[in-house]
Amino acid sequence: MKKDIILAGVGGQGILSIATIIGYAAIESGLNLKQAEVHGMSQRGGDVQSHLRISDKEIYSDLIPHGAADMIISVEPMEALRYKPYLSTDGWFITNTKPFVNIPNYPEMDKIMDEIESFKKHVALDADQIAKDLNAPRSMNMVVLGAASLFLDIPFEKLEEGIKFIFGRKGEKVVESNLKAMKAGRDFAEENKT
Amino acid sequence: MKKLLLLGDEAIAQGALDAGLSGAFGYPGTPSTEIIEYIQRNPEAIERNVHRTWSTNEKTAMEEALGMSYAGKRAIVTMKHVGLNVAADPYMNSALTGANGGIIVTVADDPSMHSSQNEQDSRFYAKFALMPAMEPANQQEAYLMPRLAFEISEKYNLPVLLRITTRLAHSRAGVDRLEVLKENKLHFPENPNQFMLLPAFARVNYKRLLSIQDDLVHESENSTFNQYFEGSDKSLVIIACGLAYNYLMENYSAGKCEYPILKIGQYPLPKKQIEKITSECDEMLILEEGMPFVEEMLKGYLGNNLRVKGRLDGSLPRDGELNPQLVRKALGMPELPSQKVPEVVVGRPPALCVGCPHIDTYKALNAALEKYGSGYVFSDIGCYTLGYLPPYNAINTCVDMGASISMAVGAADAGLFPSIAVIGDSTFGHSGMTPLLDGVISKSNVVFMILDNEITAMTGMQDSQVTGRIEDICIGIGVEKEHIRVIVPLSKNHEENVKVIKEELDYNGVSVIIPRRPCIHIFKKKKRS
Repeated sequence: MKKDIILAGVGGQGILSIATIIGYAAIESGLNLKQAEVHGMSQRGGDVQSHLRISDKEIYSDLIPHGAADMIISVEPMEALRYKPYLSTDGWFITNTKPFVNIPNYPEMDKIMDEIESFKKHVALDADQIAKDLNAPRSMNMVVLGAASLFLDIPFEKLEEGIKFIFGRKGEKVVESNLKAMKAGRDFAEENKT
Repeated sequence: MKKLLLLGDEAIAQGALDAGLSGAFGYPGTPSTEIIEYIQRNPEAIERNVHRTWSTNEKTAMEEALGMSYAGKRAIVTMKHVGLNVAADPYMNSALTGANGGIIVTVADDPSMHSSQNEQDSRFYAKFALMPAMEPANQQEAYLMPRLAFEISEKYNLPVLLRITTRLAHSRAGVDRLEVLKENKLHFPENPNQFMLLPAFARVNYKRLLSIQDDLVHESENSTFNQYFEGSDKSLVIIACGLAYNYLMENYSAGKCEYPILKIGQYPLPKKQIEKITSECDEMLILEEGMPFVEEMLKGYLGNNLRVKGRLDGSLPRDGELNPQLVRKALGMPELPSQKVPEVVVGRPPALCVGCPHIDTYKALNAALEKYGSGYVFSDIGCYTLGYLPPYNAINTCVDMGASISMAVGAADAGLFPSIAVIGDSTFGHSGMTPLLDGVISKSNVVFMILDNEITAMTGMQDSQVTGRIEDICIGIGVEKEHIRVIVPLSKNHEENVKVIKEELDYNGVSVIIPRRPCIHIFKKKKRS
């Protein structure tokens, strides 16, 4: 079993929480893991990415080679496209469609959506809206994780345990809304995967 | 025991703690910051009362560690690569004083300059100081190396440099722990003059340092961190240093590399193994993160050892960090099929956060400088360096910690008017006080703006040493009280703030303006709790 995952977004959008939960679930499932993160200057509203590698064999590189990623998971649509060179030709492309606009030259959404739909295997969802509808606006990242969970080959319960582990100290309510958000993302992916 | 999931930085911290560490000294700097942060929140470190508060800068950190070593205990110093320039004086001299309790100087290099103003390879500093160095390939080695480094440091009475680079510093993996060693007891150095570098003693110590160099090579030859892997095809041998080994093996993960490999994790280079591979193989490929350190040594000054390939002959790029695909190309393997970044994607540079106090400061400064035009603002290292970017375009320089103040003094003394420095509170504490004294003594016509957000923000919210002390420091250094002005950078105060800046521009002497408002992130945090 091997899963190489690029996580993408903008500094502050919560991709590291996604990485931590998948990481927790992977370790609990007895798998090896390497996870490269971005700290420092880019975290100030710049593009950030994390390379998450899970395998039942020894993992060497902390970085995923170009053309080798099994999946891109992104909380922002343009950021998802930035890492296209990493994705293998039959990899899954999972992204939030709600743009995070903090630059004056943000491209037109139509063009971005055309690019997203050109991926053979993709799930595109408005995770911000889904989270809002659940009354859990801060759990957008968990909606995206939920959508990706369908293709992770890690038991869903392990991811749920991960949420409890990570958010436990913030109280029952926070845990509940994150669990709900993840489930909603998964349900969306079940119905809309192409 | 269950594996710990640790960043490379955290693995070093845990490794040092488990190897009898008594004190961690450092100044925040990406990618080194998480070493001390980990120790600060580690329950065992707290229980043992391991020293773990931030130092004012890397030089004081290095000297504090030297003091702890003098007292017989084990200390680690942490910094980013440019921090070692700041600490270079005590660092270089520590090779002559040597250590009593073990000292590890941990330096995190940032090839590709993700969060830095230059690329440096700290292995050169190790060679410069004639110190042993270690360079982990993975998180487990990052955990194990401090233990051996302390051992070698105490065996040879010499500090050891531990070099890490960005990717490993900020990448997590599972780490197995060893048993926890006891801390050293207080004890004086055996030789009471060991730390006395009067020339007569320094000459003796230097000769001693030179005399143990062969022993250090011998240590490297026997180190488990330097490993030779046999290969069937001797037309090429690959020397892979530190992290570069992973990028090599990544390209062979399906099977075994057909070429012999010498994996390097400890310096000086192991002579015996290098001799063996040069006699047995036709060509060498050197993979190293950072500068062509090993490559230059093996290639020779004239570059006439044509059998050596790497960053100097174009097999790999001369600058920037390595990755699996660059190494793949150097090995002559075909690229994996991959697609281009779609044209629609545009850059997203980092920016000042919404609500950041620096935004209001820069707006006021720009308004006050309107009649002069641009080119008068010397800046420094921190979040506020992002004030260079549009829409602010507020600053003109960024060189090194503290240089804003010194450069403003130099420019004013050349006759530039106005001459303004913009520096953050923590950077001011790090290296701004001494040039402020220069400005006061030379009666320069300058305005220094000390942007006080009460935290070291860029590296992720570490305490600032000067919080609550800035006015007192400026008065003590000799700035006139009526020219130390505190303003609150909020848009509602804009007119008033512009007026204050203009008044101080009109004063012919040293003015300090302190725009003070907490970083939006501590403000948010306090509001939540």
